[in-house]
Amino acid sequence: MMMNFILSIAIWTPISLGILLLILQKNLSENIIYKLGNIFGFISFLITIPLYIFFDTTYSGFQFQEISPWISHFSIQYHLGLDGISLPLVMLTSFITWLVIFISSNSISRSLGSYIASFLILSGLMIGVFLALDAILYYVFWEAMLIPMFLLIGVWGGPNRVYATIKFFLYTVLGSLLMLVAFIYLFNQTGSFSIVDFYTKQLSLNAQVFLFIAFFMAFAVKIPMWPVHTWLPDAHVEAPTGGSVILAAIMLKLGAYSFIRFAMPIAPDGLLLLKPYLIAISLIAIVYIALVAIVQTDMKKLIAYSSISHMGFVTLGLFMLNPLGFEGGYVQMISHGFISAALFFSIGVLYDRMHTREIKDYGGVINSMPLFGSFFVLFAMANSGLPGTSGFVGEFLVILGAMQENFWIAFLAALTLIFGATYSLWLVKRIIFGVAKYKKIAGLIDLNAKEFFVMSALAGLTLIIGIYPALITDITNQSSIVMLELIQQSKI
Amino acid sequence: MTLLSLYTLIPMLPLLASVITGLFGSKLPKAFSHVLPILFVFGSFLLSLYALYISSHGYTFNETLFRWLTVGQYDLKIGFLIDNLSALMMVVVTFVSLMVHVYTIGYMKDDPGYGRFFSFISLFTFAMLMLVMSNNFLQLFFGWEAVGLVSYLLIGFWYQKPTAIHANMKAFLVNRVGDFGFLLGISLILFWFGSLDYIDVFNRLDALSEQNVQMMGSSFSLMTLIAILLFIGAMGKSAQVPLHVWLPDSMEGPTPISALIHAATMVTAGIFLVARVSPIVEFSETALSFILIIGSITALFMGLLGIFQSDIKRVIAYSTLSQLGYMTIALGVSSYSLAIFHLFTHAFFKALLFLGAGSVIIGMHHEQNIFSMGNLRKYMPITWITFLLATLALVGMPFFSGFYSKESIIEAVKYSEMMGSSFAYFCAVIGVFITSLYSFRLYLIVFHGNENWRAPKSKHHHGLGSLESPHESTWVVTLPLILLAIPSVIIGFFTITPILTTDFLSNTVWVRETHLALALVVEHFQGPVAMALHGVLTLPFWLMIFGFVAAYCIYYKKYNWIKLPRMIKKIMDEKYGFDRLNESIIAPLILKLGRFLWNFIDVKFIDNGLVNGVARLINSFSLVTKKIQTGYVSHYAFGMVMALIAFISYFVIVWL
Repeated sequence: MMMNFILSIAIWTPISLGILLLILQKNLSENIIYKLGNIFGFISFLITIPLYIFFDTTYSGFQFQEISPWISHFSIQYHLGLDGISLPLVMLTSFITWLVIFISSNSISRSLGSYIASFLILSGLMIGVFLALDAILYYVFWEAMLIPMFLLIGVWGGPNRVYATIKFFLYTVLGSLLMLVAFIYLFNQTGSFSIVDFYTKQLSLNAQVFLFIAFFMAFAVKIPMWPVHTWLPDAHVEAPTGGSVILAAIMLKLGAYSFIRFAMPIAPDGLLLLKPYLIAISLIAIVYIALVAIVQTDMKKLIAYSSISHMGFVTLGLFMLNPLGFEGGYVQMISHGFISAALFFSIGVLYDRMHTREIKDYGGVINSMPLFGSFFVLFAMANSGLPGTSGFVGEFLVILGAMQENFWIAFLAALTLIFGATYSLWLVKRIIFGVAKYKKIAGLIDLNAKEFFVMSALAGLTLIIGIYPALITDITNQSSIVMLELIQQSKI
Repeated sequence: MTLLSLYTLIPMLPLLASVITGLFGSKLPKAFSHVLPILFVFGSFLLSLYALYISSHGYTFNETLFRWLTVGQYDLKIGFLIDNLSALMMVVVTFVSLMVHVYTIGYMKDDPGYGRFFSFISLFTFAMLMLVMSNNFLQLFFGWEAVGLVSYLLIGFWYQKPTAIHANMKAFLVNRVGDFGFLLGISLILFWFGSLDYIDVFNRLDALSEQNVQMMGSSFSLMTLIAILLFIGAMGKSAQVPLHVWLPDSMEGPTPISALIHAATMVTAGIFLVARVSPIVEFSETALSFILIIGSITALFMGLLGIFQSDIKRVIAYSTLSQLGYMTIALGVSSYSLAIFHLFTHAFFKALLFLGAGSVIIGMHHEQNIFSMGNLRKYMPITWITFLLATLALVGMPFFSGFYSKESIIEAVKYSEMMGSSFAYFCAVIGVFITSLYSFRLYLIVFHGNENWRAPKSKHHHGLGSLESPHESTWVVTLPLILLAIPSVIIGFFTITPILTTDFLSNTVWVRETHLALALVVEHFQGPVAMALHGVLTLPFWLMIFGFVAAYCIYYKKYNWIKLPRMIKKIMDEKYGFDRLNESIIAPLILKLGRFLWNFIDVKFIDNGLVNGVARLINSFSLVTKKIQTGYVSHYAFGMVMALIAFISYFVIVWL
């Protein structure tokens, strides 16, 4: 019985727990709210574990499907399903959300209950995006997700938060409207909003190109791809730590996921036509953005630009349309989820203590915070793609895939080995090493138990996936084979 | 216990020691931090000896440990290939590592990072073993980068020293430039060979050896491209010109790791790599010539710099660069087994030199300037004797280990017909004189002559006070010196025969029949005694003696006949300007480019131009439209009437 609604449970549990927390918070003390929120977050994580346990890795289609009519006049259905491409992302979402809630009490003092509730609701909505198989259902989750994120930055954000939220909101909404147009066009063609029906529909090349561009506007903003990336550094700088973590670790992946779920299989011929341009802007993201990251003076901006550069690897991998690139791009998504989360948590740890994000205000942190310093070095190394960490797997596979496409694509992509290490290690050098630059740094207190737990959990996952990436690729293997086949068939 | 699990233990023991010491070292008694790693590395050493025993009896072990991942038709795996080449490397790595572990007890005994240091050197041993034991390029790359990581951590071990944290970043980034080429080489291999396993790749060579690839409108031999890309990786790790700049700076790290990482093991990984992929390199004359010329330049010009250093460790570092150049020369003339042979003997005497230097540094209370030393033989007899033995091995005194390996390389270059081999021969032979000059210069200044530290000096000067005398180091320091001195002296004598005349290495490295250099060396070889006696009659021997005489006159007797032109002195002080090029031109250019892209394209053009521009456009548009909305009904009525008239007139005109 439970097994039939396993996906609905994964979506609606965090949302209803979030609402419950909103209702309860008035009469409770801060401490109780935190404890309750933490338990809710943990429950929301636990209920996604059965998805992993009962997932059949040998089956390539959608599993645990739920279909019931929703607005039958337009044949809109409540249709959910899980495949190898969505499963790791769902797990990532529920896990990172729990970590964010777990550590929230460190830095948030104002209306903690609403803060935690926003994350719970956001998490449910994001899982909804990963699981929806009906375009309208997907669109509802996609747009609804903006609201808690908007609030998170707008309420708990930094001084320039209004500019950042509006920029973030407008950028995203602009793209999503075109996506809605694309859905309505597809509905007119197929008479259905089911994504599975979209996959099989024959479309003219023109229609495919327009559809792809419409989807591209929506998803490229989210990833973000160059040149529509400028909202991300602003949003990160203004967002509270938890917001940055969710933004980098999960929200960016929604764009890449949606490319795989919609744009690529629905308009494969359009994709093929646009492929050189897509590869070109991915390469620009990798090289150009890495150069921009090197010269940042605000460490949150630096990591934000580094995120964009790493997402360039994701898109490069996906759009090359060969198995190595595709798997590489996918693993990079998950790996970036852990590493960027860890780096933003680390910046949060420093910010909570020093209330500045300027790199020049730091130096010699390791003298007073040896534990933190060790973790930071590890994550910086992972960020620069050190073998043995998850950061390596994706980059390695994408470069292998790029070589199958063209030597020069691989050449440009591999430049990240140098530039990625440059910005990561230079950051480490300026923040972590050296003598304690100011008295305040010499007196810093090392990680507390909560922070230590979060850091070690992420470090553990980064290493495990780096050493044994089959943990992820075995889940995704079947689905990505099917996806690539779908993309390689002409639909004209 | 299967052989696979036995071999798995070899790298796992140091890893385990590293993890345990790293996590719990600070909470347990200090002795724990060294006892556990030493025991475990000793275990690795014994097992490595066993592995060498098995492989030397002709059994090549090649098995998969686990599947890393599966993508499409590719299965990437982790596994071990244990043949004579890897087994020999394993023995060298674990032996030198063991010596360094023991030595560290004395060298680092007062350092607050005692446990951390042991954790790092054990981790290094693990990474290096993974590198040499690998049976595929993926794992090789893992070990390759992992040793780079540990090197980074250890160079920056004293993280408060600004020079140290500059040097470690530099080392990592310069190595990344090499890895960039290396990774492209690996990707090409996977693309063309469909596998990353050595054996699969080598088996498919025949089909692809003539393959050409199109690039930028012209056609290149695939083998040349792959070989050169892989060699670029080797140039980073083995510090060949122009990617050598990190090695002298790496001397900022504690001395034991200079011996282990930056002399005996890690820096030889590049040599090992080229020997490992010899079947690929052999198909490309161009790549071989490239390797030969890079090696020759490194061997001669880096050796020259050694003469001008005043820091004891830097002299040895430049010597290491030069000797790595010799190994690369050997690779370039297809004498892979000679390169490995020199790697093998060099590991012992160079580790000994470094550890001896470390012993001197402790004795001098952390003074590293050789001109503040002198006459140390009186105070540190064991260090003195072992240092002298290592110096003799380095300069190639007949019967010493270095003689056999270096002399064979010079012979091989002499016989070689590779393009560039006459240049290489010139460099190699002059290099002998240079080696002898800087080695005896160092030796004479440090162990003979005046006791310079007794001169009065400023208050803040660290090091030995002018009234104190240095003492010989404790037994944990001198024991490794003695244990390393033995192979430094004799190992060449006993191993040259099997290296040259049996198929000990020649069945793992592959040499084309047309590349005759090694075969001619073998043909002329008549046993180690004859070789040493014949050596006395050759040019290199007399150049070596000449180098000693020159060093004796200039640095001991202080005859100053030669005045170096200021120009040359400047070039030598600037170390040919490589650092200046990197730090004053390339790095600022990259920063400028980054700032330009950020400030002009990102902020000015995209953000202020496009994004805010759209916002401004909408704003000004609404300013205009706002004016129309006056709120007076009469204005709206007027507008409606005018529009109506316009429509009607339009339709009337069209219809008519």
